[in-house]
Amino acid sequence: MTTATPQTPALAIRDLSVYFGAPQVLKHISIDIAARAVTAIIGPSGCGKSTFLRSLNRMHELVPEARMTGDIRLFGDDIYARQIDPVIVRRRVGMVFQKSNPFPTMSIAENVTVGLKLNGMRNVSQLFERTEQALTMAALWDEVKDRLDAPAISLSGGQQQRLCIARALAMQPEVLLMDEPASALDPLATAKIEDLIMELKKDYTIVIVTHNMQQAARISDTTAFFYMGELVEFGVTAKIFTSPSKKQTEDYVTGRFG
Amino acid sequence: MEHINTELDELKKKLITMASHAETAVNRAIESLVTRNVDLARQVKSDDAIIDQLEIEVDEISIHLLTKAPLASDLRFVTVTMKICQNLERVGDEAAKIAKSARRLSAEPPLSLNLELPLMAKKALDMLQAALDAFVRRDSTAARAVIPRDKEVDALNKIINSELTDHMMQNRDGIPRALSLMTATRSLERIADHAKNIAEEVVYLCEAQDIRHTKAE
Amino acid sequence: MQAATANAPNHVWRKCKNVIMQSLTFVCAILVITPLVMVFYHLVWQGFTSINWEFFTQLPKPTGETGGGIGNAIVGTFILLAEAALVGIPVGVLGGVYLSEYGSTRLNWAIRFAADILNGVPSITWGIVVYALMVVPMHGFSALAGGVVLGMMMIPLVMRTTEEVLQLVPNGYREAALALGIDKWKSIIQIVIPAALRGIVTGILLALARVAGETAPLMFTALGNQYWSHKLTEPMAALPLQIFNYAISPYDDWHRQAWAGALILLLLVLTTNVGVRFLARDRFAKRKH
Repeated sequence: MTTATPQTPALAIRDLSVYFGAPQVLKHISIDIAARAVTAIIGPSGCGKSTFLRSLNRMHELVPEARMTGDIRLFGDDIYARQIDPVIVRRRVGMVFQKSNPFPTMSIAENVTVGLKLNGMRNVSQLFERTEQALTMAALWDEVKDRLDAPAISLSGGQQQRLCIARALAMQPEVLLMDEPASALDPLATAKIEDLIMELKKDYTIVIVTHNMQQAARISDTTAFFYMGELVEFGVTAKIFTSPSKKQTEDYVTGRFG
Repeated sequence: MEHINTELDELKKKLITMASHAETAVNRAIESLVTRNVDLARQVKSDDAIIDQLEIEVDEISIHLLTKAPLASDLRFVTVTMKICQNLERVGDEAAKIAKSARRLSAEPPLSLNLELPLMAKKALDMLQAALDAFVRRDSTAARAVIPRDKEVDALNKIINSELTDHMMQNRDGIPRALSLMTATRSLERIADHAKNIAEEVVYLCEAQDIRHTKAE
Repeated sequence: MQAATANAPNHVWRKCKNVIMQSLTFVCAILVITPLVMVFYHLVWQGFTSINWEFFTQLPKPTGETGGGIGNAIVGTFILLAEAALVGIPVGVLGGVYLSEYGSTRLNWAIRFAADILNGVPSITWGIVVYALMVVPMHGFSALAGGVVLGMMMIPLVMRTTEEVLQLVPNGYREAALALGIDKWKSIIQIVIPAALRGIVTGILLALARVAGETAPLMFTALGNQYWSHKLTEPMAALPLQIFNYAISPYDDWHRQAWAGALILLLLVLTTNVGVRFLARDRFAKRKH
C-alpha cells in the first residue's frame, strides 16, 4: 500500500507550521521520525509538543480556527493531501492520551473492538482474534482473559491505560502516538507501561510526548527538544542527555529553566 | 533541578580539598626524599589517611547525587568527579610509598649518584597541579596540554632506571638503596600517569569527548 | 486556659446564634415540605375511597348520574403522552445533540436563548397557537393536536437537558473515538449518547411528567371526550381535562371523582419522579463491579 523503502522514515515532517487563529503555535518544524523506534518529544509547558503530536494524526483540526502549512508524509504518503480523509489517517496513526479513557458503557472486549466494529468488521471470530492479539500486545491479556465482559471501568488506572493502548493497537496502526501516557499513573504502573513501549517498538513506530526526562532517557531512541514552538535540537537520546549541542537544551535538561 | 546545585557545589569543594591534600602529600614526599627529612616523611602518612577519608566522603556525595538522576553536564561532572577522586586516592598512596622509601634511604648514607630525580619529581608534581588546576577552571585546552608531558616523565624514568641498574651492577652493597630509589621513581611515574588520567577526565567534562586510550596528537 | 475562660460569654452567645440559625432553617425546611404533605393528605383523604376497579375501567356516566369511572381519561392521557413522546423526544434529543456536538458558538447561543424563552411560555399560549395551526385547518379538535402541543412543549425542555447532560460527558471520550478513526456521527451515537443515556432518559421522563398534568393546552386541542376513542382525528379524553370538568361542575359525585382523578394524576407524576431518582442512583451502584 505504501511506497516505503527500508530507509523511508515513518514520518517525514517538512516546514510544519500550525496556527490557532492568529498565534503561530509551531514554527517551521522539520524532522524525520524513524520507523520501529521510539522518539521522545520534550520541552517546557506550552512549547507546542502536544500540538506537534496532534498534527501527526490531524487531531489538531478539532481546535476551531486551526490552520497548518507544511508537509507531513506517513511512509511516503502525504497525509494532508486534499483528497485524504482525516478519518483514514487516524486509522493508520493511533493515539493514546494522558488520561486513560476507556468507554464507560462498554466491556473490556467491546472497548478493544469498538474501532473495528464501527468501521465495519462483523466476523465474530475475527474480532475475537484481534481482541486477543491486541490485549496480548498490550500485556493485558493474562490479567483480563477471564473477564472480558466486565465493564472496562472496573480495571485499575494502569490497566485502563493498557486497555486504551490495546484499543489503539487493535486498529493495527503503523504509528502510535502517546501523549504523556504514564503521567497519571503510579510508579509501578508507569514501569509496566514503559516495559510495554520497549516491547512495542519492535513492531511499531512510537512518538511519545513526555515531561519526564528520565522516562525519555530510559525508553526513547531519539529525542526532540521543543521550545516556544520551535524544534531546538533533535538527536540520539543518549547524546541529548549526556552532552547536548545547544545551550538551550543543556539548560532545560539540567533544570536551569522550564 | 535547582536543588542539586548546592550538592554539586559541595561535591566540587570536597574534591578540591582532596586535590590540595594530594598535592601537599606529593610535595612533602618528594622533599622528604630529596632533603632526607624523616619528619616530613612521617607527615605524609597522615596526609594519606586524610585523603583516604575524603575518598569515602566524595563517593558518598556522588552516589547521593546520582539518585537525583542528573543529566548532561551535571551527569558528566559527577562521573568525572568520582574518577578523579579515585586517581587522587592512588596519588596519595604513591606519595606514601615515596615517603616510605625516603625514611629507609635517610637511615643510610646517600648513594654517590647524580640523578635527574629532582627534575622528574618536579615534572610529575607540575603535571598533577596543572591537571587539577584545569579541573577547577574547567579549562579543556590546559588539560589537553598536560597529556603529552607524561612522555617526558616516562623518558626520565627510563634514564634513571638504567643509571640505577648500572650502579647496582657495579656496587653490590648499594643495591638495597638503589632498589628503594627505583621504587620511589616508579611511584613518581605512576603519579604522572594519574595526572594524565585526571587531565583526560577534565577534557571529557568540558568537551564531552572521551580521549582515553587514543594516540596523542 | 486563661484565654478560654476570658471569652466565655462570647462563646455562649456564638452558640446561641448557631442554635437560632439551625432552628430557623429547620422550620423553613418543614414549611417547604408542608404543602406537599397537605396536598397528598387531602387527595388521599378525599379521593382514596373512590378508587376502585370500576373507576379505572368504566366510562363516565351521563350528567347527573352517579358512578362510572374515568377509564377513558386515563387511557387518553397515556395516548397523548405517547404522541408527545414521538414528537418531543426525537426533536428534543437531536436538537440537544446539535447544540452540544456541532453548531457554532453564536448560533448555539441563539438557539439556547430561544429554548429558554419557550420554556417560560405559558401553557395556555401553546394551546392557542396549536389551535390556530391545527384545530382550525382540520375543522375540529383532535387527539393529534393534543399530542402535538404536548410534544412541542417538551421539545425545549428535552433539548436543554440533553445538551447539558451531553456536555457533562468528558471530552476525552470524544477525542479517543476520533483518534480511532471513527466517524463523528457514529461516535456520537455509539459512544457519547450511551455515556449520557441515563441523563437523557431522566430529562425525557421529567419532561413527560411535566406535560402530563397540563390542562390549558389540551382544552384548545384535544378538548376531551366522554367515550372511548382511539381515532387520533377525534377529540380525546385526558386526566387533567376530566378533573377540570368534574371539579367545576355542580355535582357532588363528580367532585368526588375529581378528587380521585387528581390523586391518580399525582400518583402518576410521583411514580415517574421516584422512578427517575431510582434510575439515577443505580448508576453509582453499578460502578463498583
